[in-house]
Amino acid sequence: MSAPAPVVIAPTDASVLPAHLRHPTAAIGKWIGVSFTVLFLTAMIILPAANIFRQAFGISWESLRSPSQLVEDVKAGVPRYFQVFRMPEQDSSTMARPERRKYQSARAQAEKTRSAIGMTLGIAAIVVPLNLLFGLAAAWAVTKFRFRGRTLFVSLIDLPFAVSPVVAGLIFVLLMGRVGFCGDWATKISWPVPTSLEWQGFAQSWIPLGFSNWQRGIIFTPFAIALASIFVTFPFIARALIPLMQNQGTEQEQAALTLGAGGWRMFFKVTLPQIKWALLYGTILCLARCVGEFGAVSVVSGSTDPNDTMPLRIEKLWQEYNTQAAFSVASLLAVVSVMTLLLKIVIEKRAAAQFSDKKQEAQ
Amino acid sequence: MSSRPANILPGFGLSFGYASLYMSLLVLIPLAGLGLKTSNLSWDQFRNTITNPHVMAAYKLSFSAALAAALLNGVFGTVIAWTLVRYRFPGRKFFDAIIDLPFAMPTAVAGLTFGDLYGYVPLLARTADAQPWTFEIYGLYGLDVRDWCRVTVMLTFVGLPYVIRSIQPILQDWDMETEQAAMSLGAGPATIMRRLIAPEIWPAWISGVALAFARGVGEYGSIIFIASNIPGLSQIAPQLILDRIYDPIDPEKKIAAATAIAVVMLIVSLIVLLLLNGLDYLSRRHRA
Repeated sequence: MSAPAPVVIAPTDASVLPAHLRHPTAAIGKWIGVSFTVLFLTAMIILPAANIFRQAFGISWESLRSPSQLVEDVKAGVPRYFQVFRMPEQDSSTMARPERRKYQSARAQAEKTRSAIGMTLGIAAIVVPLNLLFGLAAAWAVTKFRFRGRTLFVSLIDLPFAVSPVVAGLIFVLLMGRVGFCGDWATKISWPVPTSLEWQGFAQSWIPLGFSNWQRGIIFTPFAIALASIFVTFPFIARALIPLMQNQGTEQEQAALTLGAGGWRMFFKVTLPQIKWALLYGTILCLARCVGEFGAVSVVSGSTDPNDTMPLRIEKLWQEYNTQAAFSVASLLAVVSVMTLLLKIVIEKRAAAQFSDKKQEAQ
Repeated sequence: MSSRPANILPGFGLSFGYASLYMSLLVLIPLAGLGLKTSNLSWDQFRNTITNPHVMAAYKLSFSAALAAALLNGVFGTVIAWTLVRYRFPGRKFFDAIIDLPFAMPTAVAGLTFGDLYGYVPLLARTADAQPWTFEIYGLYGLDVRDWCRVTVMLTFVGLPYVIRSIQPILQDWDMETEQAAMSLGAGPATIMRRLIAPEIWPAWISGVALAFARGVGEYGSIIFIASNIPGLSQIAPQLILDRIYDPIDPEKKIAAATAIAVVMLIVSLIVLLLLNGLDYLSRRHRA
């Protein structure tokens, strides 16, 4: 069995080469390469990322030159940042009319932003577990068994990567929109909103739990947003698991079975501990993509305010010239993406440690 | 990898059944709907939709900017991957880590901040000119130059990790002794590049460029924040699809048009990915 390549970087440095083997142009090459890399990545990644937080906290460019301006900007910017998400209670009846209007609209905006955050979290709470189950099942079937059409199955998993997010949204409109194939059925169907599950007592039926909020139709409702998000994010977990499980083979599971473990016990005690880091990584990628998905969701959301997810809310705020609010919402998503990166580094380290432990055991 | 004829592991029926059911319901059947809708279109309808000047302009913008961005990434990505693997400098691990940020960052957020940050750079700036600055060269004729540059810069960001992450492992596993042998035999850096390193990394390089291209063609979220989205001048193909879907006049016809536009995009991405698989197969056979 071939061992997987370790994730740690092997030290291959031209500047470590002995002097007589080093080419005279190596130093120039290093100077050019390093300065280009630093400048390019700063311009393309660090500055744009920093700019999100600069705008979110309302820090002007002038404040980079004068510290007193910076202090002033931050003092004004931080409360405004939080007001994007929650406008403090104030008694609006004593306000003058234009101020009251302004206050009430800011309150309404903050409410919409909060509902967008709730919508994003709710969609992720539905999409990620479903894709997790699929990823585990697909990886198990593909890596532990040989069957006809296996290669086709694996390449079908990758299919959503080839599809533009907008096309991913379009196919659900084609299927379940008013003029779609299942249009007659899909525009009439009612479905319960999961968050409206509540205790209703035994008066109505013998099941005390029930939904108080039902929605009609699929396209242009959160149902379609969840479907489109599933479509766009479903390869991530399977993709993270398949190479790893392929390398691990089936010997350990077979040993567990011969020692008398049941199927589920074998899965939870043998397989799951081996793949936990890859599974976590795939889940996080899936979550990050699901939370930030824009194209597919904007097709099926119908651009009504209650259906907004965070990226759609960002677009609306930006179109209303509410730059600071748009960047404030964007800053939350930026934090999620930075956390994803950090977790990826941690997980790669853990996976490398797990791998080297195994190698030591083998020796 | 076990190649035992009799597999005693349980759960094949359950896992395969569940996975294929899930995939069919959520991915394959909806995608098949796209094909079905297209086959309902007559050839004339399809051709008329595709050859509409706005649609042609959108394709030109989407494909040319995605190609330019992929090639830019091919060049810059090679330099960056080389630098990260071969040289030690302060902050190397940090720069290595942030390369994945374009994968993790939502495209809408990226577009928002790029538009804000680079909206004032001369070549990229939004202007209130009545007369747009358009391309005069064949192939891109009539597209807005500034918007084309903006879209290209954005797509360069979006596709940044692909080339780097595909050639980096090869450069890392590269055996330096071959290179030292070549050097001691009198080969200069250019010869080593051309005769030793280039043959080793080109399949991965092409696959990275192709992935960046396929990603760029379909990109939507970031572009709408930075391009002016004027039909025929600076509108990308996905934006056109969205416009057709939300067009209230004659929805049936408009959705059919959106389908035709989408099918062409999908076919191009699928061809690129198929070529990629073929290339992968060839290079593997070449090595074996």
